[in-house]
Amino acid sequence: MIANLSIRRLRRVPIASILFLAIFLLFILVPLYWMAMTSIKPSDDYLAVPPVWFPAHPTLVHYGAALFAYRGLTGLLNSVIISTAATILSAFLGTLMAYSLARFNTGGQHLSFWVLSQRFLPPIAIILPIFLIYRGVGLHDTHIGLVLAYTVLTLPVTVWMMYAYFRQVPRSLEEAALVDGCTRWQALWRVAVPLAVPGIVAAAVFAFIACWTEFFFALLLTSRNAFTLPTVFRAFIGFQGALYGESSALSVVSLVPSIALGILVQRHLVRGLTLGAVRG
Amino acid sequence: MAPVKITGLHKRFGTVPAVRGIDLTVADGEFTVLVGPSGCGKSTLLRTIAGLEDLSEGTIEIGGRVVNDMRPKDRDVAMVFQDYALYPHMTVARNIGFGLRARKFPPAEIDTRVRRAAAMLGIELLLDRYPRQLSGGQRQRVAIGRAIVRNPQIFLFDEPLSNLDAQLRDEMRSEIKRLHQDLGATMIYVTHDQIEAMTLADRIVLMNAGQIEQVGTPLDLYERPATRFVAGFLGSPKINFIPATLAAGGSSVLLKLGDGQTLPLPASAPQLSASDSGRLVELGIRPQHVGRANGDGARTRIKSAIELVQPTGSRTFVTFRLAGTPVMAELDAHDPGRPGDEIEAGFDMRRAVLIDSETGRVLRAVSP
Repeated sequence: MIANLSIRRLRRVPIASILFLAIFLLFILVPLYWMAMTSIKPSDDYLAVPPVWFPAHPTLVHYGAALFAYRGLTGLLNSVIISTAATILSAFLGTLMAYSLARFNTGGQHLSFWVLSQRFLPPIAIILPIFLIYRGVGLHDTHIGLVLAYTVLTLPVTVWMMYAYFRQVPRSLEEAALVDGCTRWQALWRVAVPLAVPGIVAAAVFAFIACWTEFFFALLLTSRNAFTLPTVFRAFIGFQGALYGESSALSVVSLVPSIALGILVQRHLVRGLTLGAVRG
Repeated sequence: MAPVKITGLHKRFGTVPAVRGIDLTVADGEFTVLVGPSGCGKSTLLRTIAGLEDLSEGTIEIGGRVVNDMRPKDRDVAMVFQDYALYPHMTVARNIGFGLRARKFPPAEIDTRVRRAAAMLGIELLLDRYPRQLSGGQRQRVAIGRAIVRNPQIFLFDEPLSNLDAQLRDEMRSEIKRLHQDLGATMIYVTHDQIEAMTLADRIVLMNAGQIEQVGTPLDLYERPATRFVAGFLGSPKINFIPATLAAGGSSVLLKLGDGQTLPLPASAPQLSASDSGRLVELGIRPQHVGRANGDGARTRIKSAIELVQPTGSRTFVTFRLAGTPVMAELDAHDPGRPGDEIEAGFDMRRAVLIDSETGRVLRAVSP
């Protein structure tokens, strides 16, 4: 009887799931752990055999070098400014475009697909003309230049994510607002946008991460002034070999905003606000 | 409160006509019901009055002002939607007060009005809840509250009860009727449910295929339908249509059924002459006007056999065949007979109508 019970209790433990999750966690966390440790290892420990799992003499010297000597801090600030500005612009313009596509079927069925098709274009196909134009109009190596480029780069995905969301918001809600005394513009901001917030936040997060990790445009469109964090990493692989410590230190720093953002918006990402809007 | 006048209204979606040439006047304080099968253009007409659809041709006047190019918010109408359309991110109180806030009323005034509307509808205790925490009937009340709080000139209802279950629907129907009596406001109400139309309306506008079939009081349409469509749409169970041919019978004209039996013309039919012989017609007679012939001299007698017996409690509906056409009769619940029994049915030809099969119009003597 007792043996029987404990076997049943054991059966309730989903061993396969736990095993799978454990392996999955290791897969995700080990590289991160290695990176974090490398950032505080003295350089002798980088490639030691057997590997050093925790350095005996942790040091912050790589952080200092990466942030100041290699101008990582400037890159970080530039990245924050440019990514934030591009994200806000992309979310704002994306909201307007997506709403227009969803509600008024602007441009028929082709415009919405054309928007998405912009993502099929390899960046390398357009980077040279953009570079030349930027040089010509004085946007090269400016914050505004990169903000514009990133806004255009992220808009297609932003529009498509919000388009799907706006289509879910029942039309009758805005119609009720129109009859109640709103203009179309007010109905958008007071009714449709609040209901699409989860979609807007999700799209904004995607846009921010895309900007934050973008390398190719930043490499070609900036040099000494508006350079972003990813471009700083170039400096760590040189003829003297790879600077593992500095590189890891800067990686840790670049992770912080992404993680903070994830925690901050998690609530919005999962909330289904439209529940209860209409019947059911 | 205001009258609504619609003249020559057309609405096309692309090249597809949805509403074709509507002329309609709704008097101040009148409860008008637009009824018809789905796709007949009744909702489109209502949305055009609200300003949610642009019209293609014609004019709409509300309270004497042409509102054709006016935005919905400037027309001073309120609308209750089929799916309630409550703002899910606002509490009940904020939902009801939304229109007042949009129109920049002072907060104290908004509060007073919201409370008064909530009290009228018995939802004072729900003011702090969100729509998702309410039942269907409560949501519908909030939607109505949002309309009455603004005290608009016109109330528009777009099938407001069709998402409710049967019992709640009856309850809310009475409530809307009471609301109309209390407020005395002009109301235009769209439904596909003929019972809702009959019970609520001062006047019914029966629509079909984008046009008005007939306008009149519920009893008018029920007793004196202008077309076959109107006769068939109103009334439950449905009116019986019995195909026949006009035939000369001595000095008068008779109805000749498919099996050779003859019936006299209905009382409402016009005087026809022998030259009308051979015209195809249909006799329209409601089940209530077909019964047992027992001792009722006024009725035209027909013998047949009972096929189907359907009791409903108060009355029982019995189906038999007349010249191959099933005919339903309403009988006393305690004396319905059984399938297979012979029945001598009596047709009350004073209440029957004669329909021209070719035009679908009811043939009627010019009333004196």
